[in-house]
Order: sequence, then C-alpha cells, then structure tokens
Amino acid sequence: MTDLTDQIKPVAATKTACYHCGLECKNDDIAIVDKVFCCNGCKMVFELLDTNDLCQYYDLNENPGTTPPEAAFDKKYGYLDDPKVVEQIRDFSDETHTKVIFTIPSIHCSSCIWILESLYRLDSGISQSRTNYVKKQVTVTYQNAETSLRKIVMLLASLGYEPEINLETVSKKVRQKSRRSLYLKLGIAGFSLGNSMLVSLPEYLSEGGSLAPEHARLFAWLNIALALPVFFYSARDYFISAWGSLRHRSLNIDVPIALGITTLFVRSLVDIIFLSGPGWMDSFIGFVFLLLLGKLFQEKTYQNLSFDRDFKSYFPLSVVRKQGREEETVALARLNVGDRIVIRNNEIIPADSILINGDGWIDYSFVTGESAPVLKSNGDKLFAGGKQAGGAIEIDVVKEVSQSYLTQLWNDDTFTKHSATRMDTIANSISKYFTFGVLAIASAAGLYWWFHDPALIINAFTSVLIIACPCALALSVPFTLGNTLRIFGHREFYLKNTAVIEALAKISTIIFDKTGTLTDTSRTAIEFVPTAGAADLSNSEMELVKSVVRHSTHPLSRRIYEALPVHIPITEPDKYDEITGKGLEAEIGGQTIRLGSPYFVSGDLDDQNYWGTTVALSIDGEKRGGFSIHSEYRSGVRQLIAALKNYRLWLLSGDNDSERKRLCNFFTKDDRLLFNQSSFDKLDKVKELQSAGETVLMVGDGLNDAGALKQSTVGLSISEDINTFSPACDGILGAGHFRHLSEFLRFSKTSMTIIKISFGISFLYNLIGLTFAVQGVLSPLISAILMPLSSITVVVFATVTTNLLGRKIGRGLV
Amino acid sequence: MSALIVLIAASLMVAVGFLIAFIWAVKNGQFEDTHTPAIRMLFSSRRKNTENSS
Repeated sequence: MTDLTDQIKPVAATKTACYHCGLECKNDDIAIVDKVFCCNGCKMVFELLDTNDLCQYYDLNENPGTTPPEAAFDKKYGYLDDPKVVEQIRDFSDETHTKVIFTIPSIHCSSCIWILESLYRLDSGISQSRTNYVKKQVTVTYQNAETSLRKIVMLLASLGYEPEINLETVSKKVRQKSRRSLYLKLGIAGFSLGNSMLVSLPEYLSEGGSLAPEHARLFAWLNIALALPVFFYSARDYFISAWGSLRHRSLNIDVPIALGITTLFVRSLVDIIFLSGPGWMDSFIGFVFLLLLGKLFQEKTYQNLSFDRDFKSYFPLSVVRKQGREEETVALARLNVGDRIVIRNNEIIPADSILINGDGWIDYSFVTGESAPVLKSNGDKLFAGGKQAGGAIEIDVVKEVSQSYLTQLWNDDTFTKHSATRMDTIANSISKYFTFGVLAIASAAGLYWWFHDPALIINAFTSVLIIACPCALALSVPFTLGNTLRIFGHREFYLKNTAVIEALAKISTIIFDKTGTLTDTSRTAIEFVPTAGAADLSNSEMELVKSVVRHSTHPLSRRIYEALPVHIPITEPDKYDEITGKGLEAEIGGQTIRLGSPYFVSGDLDDQNYWGTTVALSIDGEKRGGFSIHSEYRSGVRQLIAALKNYRLWLLSGDNDSERKRLCNFFTKDDRLLFNQSSFDKLDKVKELQSAGETVLMVGDGLNDAGALKQSTVGLSISEDINTFSPACDGILGAGHFRHLSEFLRFSKTSMTIIKISFGISFLYNLIGLTFAVQGVLSPLISAILMPLSSITVVVFATVTTNLLGRKIGRGLV
Repeated sequence: MSALIVLIAASLMVAVGFLIAFIWAVKNGQFEDTHTPAIRMLFSSRRKNTENSS
C-alpha cells in the first residue's frame, strides 16, 4: 500500500486571501483593481456593496464576508411567493407592513450586524432591520407594496446571509422562554433586601435599648412592607414547585425551602405584630435573594444553540411537484404518495422515493455522516434525508414524509412519550432525608420544652425550621453546576442544562458512532490498494493517472490529482472521454487507461457495489487496483479511548466492518464493535444496555444516531461547526475538543464531589445554628449573621474550587 | 424624630424610583439582547464621522 497523503505538499503560504470572505484565492484572476476575490459570488457582493456605498462593511473587520452559494435563487425560493407560506413564516403582518424574524447562522462579526441593519439601503421596501447577535436572528420589517419575502430572502442569500427556513421554523411556535420574570423577581428581592438591611441595622447596633421603641416599631413595620412583595411575588416559584412535588407524593429540594421560608416569614410576622419584636425579615429577604441569584446562575442557556432538533430542521418547507409539464410549488405536508417531484442541486429528498430521471449523486451525510456521494441510477430507491449533489433529478414519492425510513424513527416511543424527569438530582435525593431530619429535630426540641418550659415550645420548634432551612444546600448545587456548565462552554462543550452534568457523573457505558464521530469526514485519506498480487504504482503509471484525472472536474478526480506527488510529470492524452456517472477513459502513448467505478473499469458485475469509496484503475484492460478514499480518525482518538478504560465502551457503526481491524487497535474488546447498525438497531442497543442497568452515554453525530441519542441517559452530538448541525441531544461537543471528552467526564465527577463537600460545610453551620435553636434562644442577630455567612461560604467555596480545578481541562493536550 | 422619618421616606422614594426604572427596563426588553447594542453603538458614530468627512 502506498499512503499518498504524506506526499501532499502543503499549500504555499504566499496565496492571497479573498478581500470579501478571507478564503484563499486560487489565482489572481478575479479582481477589481487591487482587491482579489476567491470566486465570482464574493466579487458580486463587493460590487453590490460598493455601488450602494456600503463599503464600511470592510472597514469594520478584515475579510468579513461569507461565500454566497452559487445556486439559482429564483427557483429555489419560488415557494416564498405563496401567501400561505408567507403567513406561516411571518411574525406579524398588517395591511401595509410585514415583520419577519429570520435565523441566519452565518452571522459572525460586527460587520454582519452592520450590513444586516443597513438592508434598507439595498432594498427601499425594507423599513427596518434589527440584529440579535447572540441569537443570530434578524428582525426585518418591510412594506408589502414595495418588496416581498422572496426578494428579501434572495437579497440576504446573495449577500451570503442565507436565512434558515425549514419545516421546523413553521411547525414549532417559537418558544420565547423569557428570563424577564426571573429578572423582575430578583430585582424586587434585591430592592427589598437593600432597604431591609438598612432599617434592620439600628436594631442590631442598639445593644442595651439605645434605639427608641417607636423607631424600632417603625423599622419593624417597614420590614413587613418590604417583605410582602418578596414573599408573594419573588418566592412564588418555590411554593408552586413544592406544592407540585407534594401532590406527586415526593419531596424535592423546594419542599424544605418553602417550609423554611414560610416559617421564617410567618414567625417574623407574629413576632412583630403580636410580640413587638424585631422579626427576622432581613434574613428572610436575603435568603430569597440568594436563592434567586443561584437560579439565575444555573439557568445559563445557550440561546443560539438548539438541542431539540428533529428531521424537520433539515427538510424544506415545500417542494417542486411536476404534473405533466407543469411545475408547481407544493407544501411538504400536502405531498402525496405517487407525486413526481423535482430535486435540484443541494436539495434534500423529503420522502422515500424512486429515481425516475437524471443522475442521482446522493449525499447521505445528514443521515450517516458519510459525505462521499453515492451514485444512483433510474429505478433505484432513494431514502429521505439524502441530498442531491449535481443536476436536477425527478423522483416519484413512494412513502409519505412521516412514514419514510428515516423519519419513522421519530414515531418510536422514545420520541412520543413525555420525557419524565430521567434522574433524581442530588439535591432532591438529599432533601428527602433532610426534610424528615429537620422535622424530627424540631419535634424533639418542641417535646423537650413541653416538659421543661412550655412557653418556649413554639419558639424552639420554629427556630429549628428557620435555621435548618437548606439555604446553603440549595445554593451549592446551582453555583457549582452553573459554573461547571460555563467552564465546559468555554471549551466548546455546550450542555442543555445543569442536570446533564449530574448525569454525566453517573455514566457507566459509552457508545460511540464511527463515521463523523470517531472519524473526521472533512479529512479524507486516500491510498492506492493494488489488486491482489499486483505491485504498487510505478512512477510512469502515476504519470498516466495524473495526466488523465487532470482533465476531470469530478470531486474524486480532483482528490486523486491532489494526492499524487507533485514531481510526477504530465503528458497530454491522445484521446480523452468522460462518461458521466461512470468514469474516465483515455489513451496515452498507446496505453488505454480506465478510471472510475469498479463496474465500469472491469465490466465485472460483482464490482457494482463499490462505488463511493473506491476509484478503480485499469491499464490496457488489466485491473491494477483502486484508490480507496476513507475518512481519517480524529486526532487523539487513541488516547481518548485509552483514557476511558474505566468505562464499558461500545462502537455502533452504520458502515460495513472493513474498518474492524483498525478499530481493534483502539478498542480492547472486539465483541463490542458492531457494524451494519441501522438507526433502529442503535436505539434498541441503548434500550438493551439500559435495561441491564447501565447508564449510557451515546456519542454520535448524524440523524441516524438521533434515536440512540434521545434514548440514552446522556446523548452528546459531535459537531464541526456548533451553529449548524446537530440532532436532538443533551449536549453539543465541538469536534476540536472531542479528545478531551474523558476530562469532561472526570470533571463532572469532581463537580459532584465539590457539591458534597459544600453540603458538609452547610451542615456544620446548621449544627451551630441548631444548638441555639433547640435552646429557643435564636436571636435575630445570630440568624442574620449565621445564615448569610453559611450561604456565602458555600457559594465562594463552590465557585472558587470549580474555577481552579476547571482550568486544568484540556491543558497540555491542545 | 421627624427628621429621621422624612429622611427614610426620601430614601425609600429614591429607591422605589430606581426599582420602577428597573422594572420598566426589563419589561421594555432591554435585557433580552445585551450584546448587539454594544456593537451597534460604535457604528452610528463611525458612520457620522465618515459622512462628515466625505
């Protein structure tokens, strides 16, 4: 075997970068004065911006653009003229104006914001456009009479900002889970806390009654006034959650919290109103404030990422249906079995169908992760989810969209059943014991005073409930996990929520997908595999091959050309013929060279199925072998697998087992490598492992892993570009950090240890507080010092330790 | 005595004023997107500069 990849010379660094998008230019052909462009698309965008005096775009950032796609936009966006479609997409519309919110993944710098907010200068029908950089959204308001949705989308696309318009955009109401109410609750609690501390201070400082009684009364009543909105508004969610939990006969962490704050509030009310005491209102407000702060910290969400995508995110809104000679745009929902539809370059096949007309080059990368296109000819069955690469094809739909091979996965129970809380969070499981423990101590203290001094019963009982309120307990979890979530996020490991970290710490089995997960589809290795018994390619044979593939624009030919050594010379072929979809035939110096699909080269029917990964070669009718093109494994896979030796590792691949030998180098247990696994097989395997008591982490990437990702305890999706593609999952891991997976897993365990230590600290404080409480001598001053002190200790401990330990992740390996 | 009450009333009123301002800001959506306005602010000044100079 000759590994040709080593021989590829690195591209010379002297090449110029495209003025628009920064990509490397092949030559200086496409240029305006001194500005060089990589393609005509980029040049056109520049000209458009230049004529409209919008070149500030290029002043804000160097090479800010993205390469616009080179498709025929007119036909592609024809369906946007359909009023019904417009109605589905638009956010708001009246007689004269329409407002649309576009999601544009390619927004990446300040120039993008600037140009997208200057759209009105390119299309006078647009009255306003506002960008939300974090959500990667643009809100466009336009005048119905002057422009149309289609024109705007085409303008955006021609600028390189193609909006995402798919089935999901319309089928799902945009969840605007706003954090406004949390901000309001926190703001009101903060306001009350500041003022309450101010009016409580004189009481604490006036040892010996230097505070006039009428002032003390005034301050106490002010405290009540400040506490009322906190109790009834800011703390509301805790009561609702606790009540919900009690109704389900369980005890979550909110039950002891609600118990504690209610007791604290009512006891303070009684103390102030009936006993003329100072109350504990400042402690109460401070407690609620800290709890809400923890909630804010924990609810860090990645607004630009979507964790619950299904196939709808990849399917178009409508397709072009052909009836006789007429072509019409029809909504995907109204597509019927038997319809003939036209699929153009880069369009997705929405339902299982049969190819009727044209050469199908189907790229199943969405489904399997394998990016090499597969050749299909007339009469072949095409599966939904494939993407046509090449000319337009006509296909007959044989199954409904929802009943297609790929999409029926979403009809499985895993997707239809309500995802009940999958795991007991650590805080909830402890709160069971905690609640009963606190009630027991409080009753014991009450019982004790029953016999000794009945006047202190209520005092001791409520004091215990107050001081044992799981403030520190409730704070350690959000602060530790919220911080861990952030530390992971800095390393391109984005988790849906903090519960995933707890689940990660409990994982016992890890399942990997192969293509796209362990392998990097963007980096392909190419090697020449000679026919059994034949020798490696000689220099003169390489010359022949190089001379032939030079003339072909087919991606595989380009790939072979680039892989052949630079020093090999080139001769002009005497005869050259390219047979579309089959291969190349040429004559050089009397030698006939055939290069292409194994069947075309050898005429052997047995070789028919090898297309896509092998380019066969014959010289003078004699089989020489083939160029095998396969994805390379990601760097660091071997080290990662070795570092995960404490977990049970599985590999479920949709491919054949040709790679088994290579994989055996990584994986020690051969029997845990399964090949030819369909998406259903993968899903069933996860279920099987789970019923055997395993907590499963599934690491995958394609839509064919979607079922397994959903079913597993934690499903992680590997993504080259975190903004573009990922099926429904619990977390998205940037491909560059894949090799750090073992460190992420270890750190999630560390986080759980930190939480447990924090619990220990808070219990220590509770013990001190309880010694006062059971004696019935808990003064407001002690409570005002002890409760914030314990909370702050825990918060500081949790944040500092996670930050210190988290710094080590990914160090030394990058 | 009365001075103290007046002072407390005044301080509370100021605080309530800020609270109302905060509530208004939240309801107005000012915390929805904290990133883009920071960038947008830089554009308008630059655009004016270039328009003036040209």
